[in-house]
Amino acid sequence: MDIELQTLIKVAAYLGGGMAIGFGAIGAAVGEGHAAAQANRALSENPGISGDIVKTMLVGQAVAESAAIFALVIAILLLFLQVPAPTLLKAASLLGAGLCIGLGALGSGIGSGMPAAEACRGIARQPQLMGRMTTTMLVGSAVCQTPAILSMVVALMLMFINFGDAPIVKSVALFGAGLCMGLGAIGSGMGSGHPAGEACKGLARQPAAAGPLTANMLVGSAVSQTPAIFAMVVALMLMFLNFGDVPFNPAWAAFLGAALSTGLSAIGSGYGCGLAAGASCEGIARHPRNVGPLTTIMLVGQAVAQTPCIFGLLVSFILMFKAFPDTAALAPAMALLSAGLCMGFGGIGPGLGNGMTAEGAIRWVARQSEHASLLMRIMLVGQAVSQSTAIYAMVISLVLIFVI
Amino acid sequence: MAIEGIDLVKAAAFLGAGISMGLGAIGPGVGEGMVAAKACEAIGRNPQQAALLTRTMLVGQAVSESTGIYSLVIALLLLFVV
Repeated sequence: MDIELQTLIKVAAYLGGGMAIGFGAIGAAVGEGHAAAQANRALSENPGISGDIVKTMLVGQAVAESAAIFALVIAILLLFLQVPAPTLLKAASLLGAGLCIGLGALGSGIGSGMPAAEACRGIARQPQLMGRMTTTMLVGSAVCQTPAILSMVVALMLMFINFGDAPIVKSVALFGAGLCMGLGAIGSGMGSGHPAGEACKGLARQPAAAGPLTANMLVGSAVSQTPAIFAMVVALMLMFLNFGDVPFNPAWAAFLGAALSTGLSAIGSGYGCGLAAGASCEGIARHPRNVGPLTTIMLVGQAVAQTPCIFGLLVSFILMFKAFPDTAALAPAMALLSAGLCMGFGGIGPGLGNGMTAEGAIRWVARQSEHASLLMRIMLVGQAVSQSTAIYAMVISLVLIFVI
Repeated sequence: MAIEGIDLVKAAAFLGAGISMGLGAIGPGVGEGMVAAKACEAIGRNPQQAALLTRTMLVGQAVSESTGIYSLVIALLLLFVV
C-alpha cells in the first residue's frame, strides 16, 4: 500500500488532535466536579455567604479548566495546521504533540480541583478570610498548572520546529519526546494539588500560620514538580540531541524505551511527593510551632520518593547514549523497549508507596514532634523495603540492556 | 526485515520479562508503602511499642514483597531459561 506523506501528516494530526482533547478533558472535568461537590457542601454549612462561595468555586474551576483549554488549543491547531513540506518526522512529531498535551493536562486538571474545593470549604468556615483564601488558592493552582504548561511548550515545539532531514529513526525520538513529557506531567500535576488543598484548608483552621503554610506549600510543590522537569529534560534531549547516524533497528526501541522509562516512573514519584507535601501543610496548620521538624521530614521523605524516578532517568540516559550495534533481528530491539517499560512501570508503585509512608510519618511528627527522630527512622526503614521492587525493576532493565 | 521463528520467540520473551517485572513492581511498592505509613502512625500514637510495631511492619512488608519476587523470578526465567 502506497501512502503519500501528505496523507500521513493528516492522519497523524487528526489522531493527535483527538487524543489531545480526549485525554486532556478528563482531568479538568474531574477536578472541577470535585470543586463543585465541595462547594455544595460548603453552601449547606454556611448558606449565608453563598455568593462568596460560588464566586470562589467559579474562579477555582476556571484555573482547573485552563489545562483543558491548553489541550483544546493544541487540538484545534493540529486540525487546521498546514504543513508545506511534509516529512515522516513531522508526522511523528504531530502525533507526539497531541499525546503530550493530552496526557499532560490530565494531572493538572485533577490537581487544580483540590485547592478550589478546599478554598470553598474554608470560606464557609471563616468567611472573613475570603481575600487571603483566594490568593492561596490561586497560587496553589498555578503551581498545579505548571506540568500542563511544560507539556504545552513541548507540544508547540514539536509542532512548529523544523527538524530538517534527520534520519528516519529521529521520528521515533520525536514521538517519544511527546510521550515522555505527557506521561511525566500526570503525577506532578495531581501531586501538587495535595499541598495546595491542604494549605487552603489549613488557612481556615489557623489563619495566623499563613506565612509558614504558604512557604511550605511552595517548597513541597516545587519538589513535586521535579519528576515533570526530569521528563521535560528527557523530552528536550530526544528532540534536540544529534544522535548521528545510528542504526534504525535497535535505536527506535532505545528511544521509545528512554521515553517510557522516565515518563512512567515520574507518575509515582510526582504523586508520592505531593502526598508528603500535603501532610506537611496539614501538620503546620495543626501545630505551627513544629514547622522545623515537619519541613525536614517532608524533604527527606520526598527525596526518597523521588528515587524511583531518578532510576528511570538513569535508564533513559543509558538507552539514549549507549551505542547499539546494527541488527536485523527483532529480539535485541524488544529487549531495549522492554527495559524502558520495565523501569517505567516498576517505578510507579515504589514512588507512590514511599510518598504514602512519608505522609503517615509526617502526620505524626506534627502531633508528637518529640518522637521525630524515631518516626524518621521507621519511615526510612519502611521506604527502603518499599523501594526494593524498584531496584528489582532496575536490575531487570540493566540485564536487558547490558547482558542479553 | 525477515523475522525468523526463534527471533520472534526471544523478542516475546524479552518483552514479557520487562512487562512482568514492571507491572509486578507496582503492587508491592504501593502495598509496602501503605504498611509503612500505618506503622509510622501507630508508632506515633504509641511510641513504647516501637519495637513490636517495626517487627510487625517488616513481616507484613515481607509478605507483600512476595508477589514482587514472583515477578522477578518469572522475569529471570523468561530472560535466561526459556
